[in-house]
Amino acid sequence: MATKILDITKEHCPMTFVKTKIELSKLQEGDTLEVLLSEGEPLDNVPRNAKEQGFNVLRVEHVEGTTHKVVIQK
Amino acid sequence: MNDTKKLSLIAFSGDFDKLTAVFTLATGAAAVGYEVNIFFTFWGLDAIKKQQGRAFIGSNWLTKLFGFMMGGLKATPTSRFNFCGAGPRIFRYLMRKNNVATLEELVEAAKVLGVNLYACEMAMHVLGLTKEDFIPEVKDVLGVASFLQLSEGGRTMFI
Repeated sequence: MATKILDITKEHCPMTFVKTKIELSKLQEGDTLEVLLSEGEPLDNVPRNAKEQGFNVLRVEHVEGTTHKVVIQK
Repeated sequence: MNDTKKLSLIAFSGDFDKLTAVFTLATGAAAVGYEVNIFFTFWGLDAIKKQQGRAFIGSNWLTKLFGFMMGGLKATPTSRFNFCGAGPRIFRYLMRKNNVATLEELVEAAKVLGVNLYACEMAMHVLGLTKEDFIPEVKDVLGVASFLQLSEGGRTMFI
């Protein structure tokens, strides 16, 4: 049950989704990925896409400023 | 509305900016769970050549000359503001500076995400190219009928 952190706050479309997808594909059953991302498109879409692809979105929390954290589990 | 999450792109242009659009759409779609097919034809074939710079690839002197003039991914011109080849360099600099993925990074991401790459049989014949001239990730050499079959039920775009 490992936890990995991915910071995509400095990334732009499409790399926000690409980097998340690549990290999600490396997860084993029960592992979690904490994604730090910015408001707007990444925050609107990363949790939704993770859900659509069968992952559990455990929580979305505000970190600071425009940065949010999405915790995703396989 | 299409229910199938499938995106098929016809990459006709060999322009740096238009290929950037092709690979941005392809990688973004693949990352959010789409099946993605890219059918490279004519100038678009430059994007998948093994030789990314300029090389005399072709079956006779004329196609070899064309091959050299067209070049590969790193030799692609911008559709506007090319300034005799300085344009792509300026855009690559601006993209890196602003932390936006460059064309080369997008192509690498497309390979990792398993985007299906196909080459057009007819254009290859005209330009004297063989499958061996392309990167190994190119899945197959196709014609119109096969592409239509592959893209059926999804969305198709021509760039």
